[in-house]
Amino acid sequence: MASKKIHAIYTDDDLLLQAVKQTRAANYHISEVFTPFPVHGLDHAVGLAPTRIAITSFLYGLTGLSVAVLMMNFIMIEDWPQNIGGKPSFTYYQNMPAFIPIMFELTVFFAAHLMVITFYMRSKIWPFKKAENPDVRTTDDHFLMEVDADNHDVEKLTKFLYDTGASEISLIENEQDH
Amino acid sequence: MYTLPSKLKLFSIIIMVLGLVGIAYGFLTAPKTIEDVKKIMAEQEAHHGEGHVVETHDQEHTANFVDVARGEEGYSEAAMKHATDLKPEGHGAASHEEHVLHQLQTRPWSATFVGAFFFLMIALGVLVFYAIQYVSQAGWSPVLYRIMEGITAYLLPGSIIVFLIVVFAGTHFFPWQNEELVAHDKILQVKSGYLNFPFFVIRAVIYLLGWNLYRYYSRKNSLAQAETNNYGPYRKNFKASVLFLIFFIVTEATMSWDWFMSMTPHWYSTLFAWYIFASMFVSAITVLALTTIHLKSRGLIPFVSDKHLHDLAKFMFAFSIFWTYLWFGQFMLIWYANIPEEVTYFIIRIQEYKVLFFGMLILNFVFPILVLMNSDYKRVPWFVVIAAVFILVGHYIDIFLLVMPSTVGHNWSFGIPEIAALLFFMGLFIFVVGTGLGKVSLRPKNDPFIKESENYHF
Repeated sequence: MASKKIHAIYTDDDLLLQAVKQTRAANYHISEVFTPFPVHGLDHAVGLAPTRIAITSFLYGLTGLSVAVLMMNFIMIEDWPQNIGGKPSFTYYQNMPAFIPIMFELTVFFAAHLMVITFYMRSKIWPFKKAENPDVRTTDDHFLMEVDADNHDVEKLTKFLYDTGASEISLIENEQDH
Repeated sequence: MYTLPSKLKLFSIIIMVLGLVGIAYGFLTAPKTIEDVKKIMAEQEAHHGEGHVVETHDQEHTANFVDVARGEEGYSEAAMKHATDLKPEGHGAASHEEHVLHQLQTRPWSATFVGAFFFLMIALGVLVFYAIQYVSQAGWSPVLYRIMEGITAYLLPGSIIVFLIVVFAGTHFFPWQNEELVAHDKILQVKSGYLNFPFFVIRAVIYLLGWNLYRYYSRKNSLAQAETNNYGPYRKNFKASVLFLIFFIVTEATMSWDWFMSMTPHWYSTLFAWYIFASMFVSAITVLALTTIHLKSRGLIPFVSDKHLHDLAKFMFAFSIFWTYLWFGQFMLIWYANIPEEVTYFIIRIQEYKVLFFGMLILNFVFPILVLMNSDYKRVPWFVVIAAVFILVGHYIDIFLLVMPSTVGHNWSFGIPEIAALLFFMGLFIFVVGTGLGKVSLRPKNDPFIKESENYHF
């Protein structure tokens, strides 16, 4: 099925945010927005569901903490206890102050790395993947809003987008939906 | 315009009167002679006949904890024996009874100081936060300027009271003011270039003047800004704030050495000043958030949105972690290095104040981190209030643990003098801050960033 889309280009993030709000208020459907940097409040304005990555981050952090505790308990207490600096290695809790930095580091390490990997997987991006953005200028200083034009009067929509402050408006007709 | 609700005003006056009576009671009932102390000790013995046995057993157990954690039997006893600034000999006392007498006489002083400093540091911390907003030209916070100025109204009375306490406390707090002791102590003789009474008083006067001058000057300019149509007063405030922050970071460090670290003049820690600052800053921002919620609930500040509350809660969260970081940084290095003159600081706190010492960590770290971790919860006022109560109780305990172990040592309890001091200063704080908030409109007109602040959104 052929799909018609309108690409509207903006030159300012505040302008874009304003345009996104107006477009949604006028009941047009925004299929995607491309920006060179994260725009605060854009996800909320476009109407995306709140991210759940914070929850995964918390769980990954707990995983890292457990790994640190189990690892050090095995290495430093059970398997090969050593007397370092006059500190006995009889139980984990007695040596706890020395272990806390590692517990902290591994918590952060797990949370950070696994969160990034999760983000890559959810966004379906990986190294050497071909870029999806339709206009290279969106990686520099332009902002692109993609609006569905299938069931709308293109003339009217173009006029509307022009009034929201778009500096460039182009009609894209795709042979197949991707 | 805000007016202190009449019920809250009455409440603050009542607890001030109650507190004052309690503080007076604490001073009047402190034992005067060694005979009084002997009587008290004999009474305790008789009272706790059975309980005492259990208690000593308990003490052995805690002493053991320190020793075991340090890997040496009797290590903590040996270290404590040499800590002359904590021990009876150190205070120039001839006998155990005299030592107990000294500590019992110190107790009302310490109790009053803990309460007085706790509320002073809230006002001072808010003043620093206020200066930081000016210096960083923050766009989000100008809507809170009048609230901050209201809280810092407490700085003048609060700092005068604390000044009087530290100047008149003498050897109750500061063993280095005991000339007899210094004469037999090489370490204190070396330190006497800094730790001597005239210089101590001069420094205290400098802190008092510097902090209050900035508060007076910035408030004056801030009010003047509302009346003019140029940014002259704002620019003056910017410059004053830069100078104040430089002045503050130096005086805050020397203040914490003077008023807290020199209570045990042999002991030192290089990050101590930061540690006090962290406590000060997190309590201050917490009280700022509480005041904002109070004013918001009365509908007086419609221009403050939940975004501003969110930011304050972020600061509470962040500085709770910062405090814990410094607490642990200090603790772990001393625990690991295990140098006798350093570990005494923690030995007495773990042996005699174990529950408070570790409980404080839960209140100041675990609870805030769990309650405030979720982004959405930071905008829910009652969630922030819960976290605020934990943080404030925790940091009161923190100040309590800075002062009490170093001054009254084993003979501490949480009784009438402590509660009275807390009530009195809380009453005074509510009263002064309430009146301070009610003086002018809560909306800072004409501030260059007020529009940005009102539209603040993220």
